[in-house]
Amino acid sequence: MSVVTEVSPDQKKLTISIKGRFDFGRHQEFRESYERLNQKPESIVVDLKDATYLDSSALGMLLLLRDHAGGDESDVRVVNSNSDVRKILAISNFDKLFDIS
Amino acid sequence: MQPLEPLTVLIAEDSAADRLLLSTIVRRQGHEVLTAANGAEAVEVFRREQPHLVLMDAMMPVMDGFEAARQIKTLAGESLVPIIFLTSLTESEALARCLEAGGDDFLAKPYNQVILTAKIKAMDRLRRLQATVLQQRDLIARHHDYLLNEQRVAKAVFDKVAHSGCLSAPNIRYLQSPYALFNGDLLLAAYTPAGDMHVLLGDFTGHGLPAAVGAMPLAEVFYGMTAKGYGLAETLREMNAKLKRILPVDMFCCATLLSLSFQRRTVEVWNGGMPDGYLHCIATGERKPLAARHLPLGVLSPQAFNDRTEVHSMAVSDRVFLLSDGVIDTCDAQDQLFGVERLQQLFAANRQPDHLFEEIEQALHDFGGEARDDVSMVEVSLLEAAQVSPSAPVYSDSGQSCPLDWSVSFEFRGATLKRFNPMPYLLQLLLEVHGLRAQSGALYSVLAELYSNALEHGVLGLDSSLKRDAQGFARYYEQRNARLDALQDGYVRVHLKVTPEGEGGCLAIRVEDSGKGFDVTRVMQRPLDDVRLSGRGVSLIRQLGRNAGWSDDGRSAHVEFFWEALA
Repeated sequence: MSVVTEVSPDQKKLTISIKGRFDFGRHQEFRESYERLNQKPESIVVDLKDATYLDSSALGMLLLLRDHAGGDESDVRVVNSNSDVRKILAISNFDKLFDIS
Repeated sequence: MQPLEPLTVLIAEDSAADRLLLSTIVRRQGHEVLTAANGAEAVEVFRREQPHLVLMDAMMPVMDGFEAARQIKTLAGESLVPIIFLTSLTESEALARCLEAGGDDFLAKPYNQVILTAKIKAMDRLRRLQATVLQQRDLIARHHDYLLNEQRVAKAVFDKVAHSGCLSAPNIRYLQSPYALFNGDLLLAAYTPAGDMHVLLGDFTGHGLPAAVGAMPLAEVFYGMTAKGYGLAETLREMNAKLKRILPVDMFCCATLLSLSFQRRTVEVWNGGMPDGYLHCIATGERKPLAARHLPLGVLSPQAFNDRTEVHSMAVSDRVFLLSDGVIDTCDAQDQLFGVERLQQLFAANRQPDHLFEEIEQALHDFGGEARDDVSMVEVSLLEAAQVSPSAPVYSDSGQSCPLDWSVSFEFRGATLKRFNPMPYLLQLLLEVHGLRAQSGALYSVLAELYSNALEHGVLGLDSSLKRDAQGFARYYEQRNARLDALQDGYVRVHLKVTPEGEGGCLAIRVEDSGKGFDVTRVMQRPLDDVRLSGRGVSLIRQLGRNAGWSDDGRSAHVEFFWEALA
């Protein structure tokens, strides 16, 4: 599995971890990871610790997630990005939309 | 297992007894039988009847089984016609020869009915598999042809739109794969009415048709608004709003927009999500990065969108270089990115600026091995204003309703001055006067210059001498943005008066502002061919318009345009 999801015991926090390349090939899995939940989590963490690469369709997927989680009112954090991934997020100025660390 | 479809089986065997025996076995399985008594006959029957499978004796008179097998395989072409050799040969070399001649299997004499049946079944499975593969291959090839054809047509339509601009201008060099559009890369360029050049390099998310779909409306907005004299900020806002409205949430367009002013020798830049562009100063060799400061187009709502641009000064023959992420994201076999450092090493090693593209292409090839088709690069250099020759706009109206005797006055106040650029509206209005159309470029330049003088030096009280050097230049535009943000009151008034004169006419423009004015006598004493960064506006107005003058201590500027009878 290259997309692993984990919901906190109180169901308030969803963690989505991506392994390997985060690109269009992960599209289906990534969407399912949050769409199949019965209860909408209050906060979402996208863990990129094991993501090696991220392309523009991955950025699009992050936008979809943000939209699903409530757009401007959403609480989506992107954590543990490596330096290559962080560069891509920086060029796109996604730090203006997501809390990136 | 489902019963076999009856096959047509050719039996080539010189012994009549064996032929009869085999025919009986094969017929009993429900297949139709054709027979031949030697290799030549077998080839002939095959040519005529196209059987599905061949049982071939190796040793036959006239033509042996090996040669017949070779010829039948050639005749069969791509489709698999299994050949099972019938042989009493036992040494492995001879058996190998059967397979080398094109045989698919062999059956030793004396014949075993059970094994023969099983082999025919197995060969039939192979035959069907091959037929399915061929059919699917042809289907894929056909779909691929359709797709290519659709792309070709879509590209032809798009090229009409995209190349309606000025990509062929002498100061633009670009490199794009012919089908870059279907990787989402987009390159547009056009002149504004004032002769400035707007350039857009964009990169839509995704690949294929979805990536190309957004390009059309983006190009329409870019060309439409550039031709009408809108600035980068207005054009960007419109493009963002349009893409936000029409694209799905996960699609957006990274883009860098440039506005090159040959008159002012400046470049205005907005970069949303594209890799750093570079402003190459030829005199110092320095390459100033033009970094992404914004989210891509189509992500933010119109309310949240930020249209703030940066302005840099340029000298003649300085260059702006833009590239798509296909360049720095090219991967080698180990998934390593080409990266910005390697690009900068190429910059440093570059001796002939005109060979830069080729050097980058070569380096990408050496690095990654295979060429990506989403590598786009463009380089725009600054020319002398006199070298620029934008093509005249084409008008489609008849001229019957041309207004020739009118005047109008506007007052633009604080809150309006902050966000609104009235130039395109004023120009549209003035170009209803057909006699002025031939000088639309000069007219727009003068009007824009008068307006920005009134706004920047008048209302905002900015000191144009700041623009003497490159640092001051940047500071000037920082101050401009800050003061504009803080602006409460003040005004710019524009008075336009059109009067007929004989067969031609005259346009009088007067622009007033609420500022402190300036020392008119001192400015007017400057020579006209002033090439300093500051004060270029005034000499431009005096050169392009007639009877230019300033009154009310510099708070009121006027200039006139004349036209003769229309041909």
